[in-house]
Amino acid sequence: MATRKNNTLKLSFETGWKYDPAPESKSSAKIDPRYELFINGKFEKPLSKKYFNTINPATEEKLSEVADANVADVNKAVKAARNAYDKVWKKMPPKERAKYIYRIARMIQERAREFSVIETLDGGKPIRESRDVDIPLVANHFFYYAGWADKLEYAFPNRTASPLGVAGQIIPWNFPLLMAAWKIAPALATGNTVVLKPAETTPLTALKLAEIIQEADLPPGVVNIITGAGATGAAIVNHPDINKIAFTGSTDVGKLIQRAVAGTNKKVTLELGGKAANIIFDDAPIDQAVEGIINGIFFNQGHVCCAGSRLFVQESVYKEVIRKLKDRLETLIVGDPMDKNTDVGAINSKQQLSNIHKYLKIGQQEGAEMYQSSCPLPSKGFFCRPTLFTGVSQSHRISQEEIFGPVLAIQSFRTDDEVIEKANNTPFGLSAGVWTDKGSKIFNLTTKMRAGVIWANTYNKFDPTSPFGGYKESGYGREGGLHGLSAYVNLT
Amino acid sequence: MTAEKTVSAIPDFRFTPSVDQVGVEERASRFTKRSIKTASKVSGLKLALNMIDLTTLEGKDTEGKVKQLCYKAQHLHDAYPGLPTVAAICVYPSMVSVAKKALGDSGVKVASVATAFPSGQAPRDVKIRDTKFAVNNGADEVDMVISRGRFLQGDYNFVFDEIAAIKEACGDARLKVILETGELGTYDKVRKASDIAMYAGADFIKTSTGKISPAATIPVTLVMLEAIRDFYYKTGKMIAMKPAGGISKSKLALHYLVMLKETLGDAWMNNHWFRFGASSLANDLLMQLMKDKTGVYQSGNYFSLD
Repeated sequence: MATRKNNTLKLSFETGWKYDPAPESKSSAKIDPRYELFINGKFEKPLSKKYFNTINPATEEKLSEVADANVADVNKAVKAARNAYDKVWKKMPPKERAKYIYRIARMIQERAREFSVIETLDGGKPIRESRDVDIPLVANHFFYYAGWADKLEYAFPNRTASPLGVAGQIIPWNFPLLMAAWKIAPALATGNTVVLKPAETTPLTALKLAEIIQEADLPPGVVNIITGAGATGAAIVNHPDINKIAFTGSTDVGKLIQRAVAGTNKKVTLELGGKAANIIFDDAPIDQAVEGIINGIFFNQGHVCCAGSRLFVQESVYKEVIRKLKDRLETLIVGDPMDKNTDVGAINSKQQLSNIHKYLKIGQQEGAEMYQSSCPLPSKGFFCRPTLFTGVSQSHRISQEEIFGPVLAIQSFRTDDEVIEKANNTPFGLSAGVWTDKGSKIFNLTTKMRAGVIWANTYNKFDPTSPFGGYKESGYGREGGLHGLSAYVNLT
Repeated sequence: MTAEKTVSAIPDFRFTPSVDQVGVEERASRFTKRSIKTASKVSGLKLALNMIDLTTLEGKDTEGKVKQLCYKAQHLHDAYPGLPTVAAICVYPSMVSVAKKALGDSGVKVASVATAFPSGQAPRDVKIRDTKFAVNNGADEVDMVISRGRFLQGDYNFVFDEIAAIKEACGDARLKVILETGELGTYDKVRKASDIAMYAGADFIKTSTGKISPAATIPVTLVMLEAIRDFYYKTGKMIAMKPAGGISKSKLALHYLVMLKETLGDAWMNNHWFRFGASSLANDLLMQLMKDKTGVYQSGNYFSLD
């Protein structure tokens, strides 16, 4: 056989055998036309008397309307949380607290299908992900921290861990229920009470969680869930009777919070943006690395703070990796998030979609070469094709700024030192990925990378036992694992 | 094709690409999450039927049994008009002439195992004679086994040369090279054996004899499909794939088709480039097709056992 180096060879994936729609049933999900604020164990009308709509980003149809909490509502919620903290929760024996947390975990498992469907309807993520990733992890987080509640003396040997008081928690729209679990579970396990605000585009699963908390007979006021936009969040941050602020979201808002709490006694943890480097060496298992890159950037439409949005490929395998990425891109199914075969769902909001489009334009203006999959997009709803940029340099905005969408900026590199320098040359430092068959190379890199989480030969793996958090402008404090407990306790 | 060119195309098999076990198994499980419904299910089931190598490889095989199997290959289930035939009948060399006669000009191919199947523990001249016997009796395809012992000893040149020699003995018959992945132990070795077989002249690479457990699995097949893809991009030459053994249910067969579609794409989605080595799969596919047509499952007694 003659060797024919043919650059025109191409696989075709426009196959005649197509998958028919396989939509998940909506029947298991009960969504009320209107949701009130969950304060002191009851759903209460907002003092603001205002409501706002939450829509399905895949269809732009209204799903429900939720209360818009103002300062007075926040005051009410904090008062309920303070009261519950002083009178009930901090006095309760830890093993009793654990029982409540276990109960919440089990009830989430029992209603996993309903939660998955609502998470997908409200947020736009594929049902495969909410069913297989988000909701199981939510339950696991509650189970995990339930286990710690009566073992704090082992978590902090020879020290006494006491709760902080009332925790104000503000969470983003990319993993709505999972972020609620990350925040609520450790706070309850350590004896704190909670005022939680979900993001304004994805409030529904947190409100369904409120229903579970009510059914679980958690003492009134221990968890309060209030909805609203930025102003509501600001009222929580600025409230004088809150002891701890836990925030996950954008770096810009993180900086505002940092300024607002300066000079107060509030403890803060911030989990902010990222621009993670995913690094492929030429000795990597290439096919699995390509799959890892795809999952790293297109998981949850790239709405992931630890998304592997910068790719560094060693130059000897550069062409091969790009070709494989393009082939794999063609097989990604973009569309109805409720379809069980969908790989990439809807962008969370119109605003986010226009932000992504802004960066696509910037990337092209900067001279990077854009490649998008050829898949058709639905005519309604907010969708974006999976996108690769090649010919990117460190000075391009698309490799410096967090896009928070399905957009990958690709560069090549020659030596280990070069790639470490480039990967660290960013204001962020949340996560990174390394792909190589050589163990020593992995450890060399991981010790030199300034990132909170580094995955080797895999990406986007989450577990309740593993701490998560960032360096530099990706925030501070850790969530998950043993480390996650210390953010909610005073040690003496 | 000159000898010099062939030599220049052969890579150093000590440096075949590595495979990450966790990663490949994760990717493999993604294929099984695809939901295949309604019309795509029916066309998938029919495609799978058309890709079957209907197999009987037993010491107790008789001419009568082979004849029955050949009839079934052409008349899978006459209660369902318009069904395709299977791709081929797979038998021992001694049954090739019987099968050839029984199949006539139906278009169903005759595949014969050879080379001291299933162990491959025989000298090379015996293997070549075995192959030539099958081809001279009319086999369209030859399923050979590699010498796993020599492969595991690191004697890659021996394995390569043996495959090349059998390929020569095949003449116009297409050569399927059975790696017996269940005896190789790791995905890295499966990848290496795939590369050796393709560069040595295999037309097909095939997972298993069906006599060893585990036989075909989705991740093993994925590793081989990825090897085929890399080989195609390097040489421009398409190689066919045959997972064999352990695929007896329709749902699993559909998962294989999903994997094929998403790994190699359109060009491989036919029985020239993909086969299922299976005997009990056919009846399960037929049962599912009848279920789709009638709305109810029929008992196994309605489907012929040949």
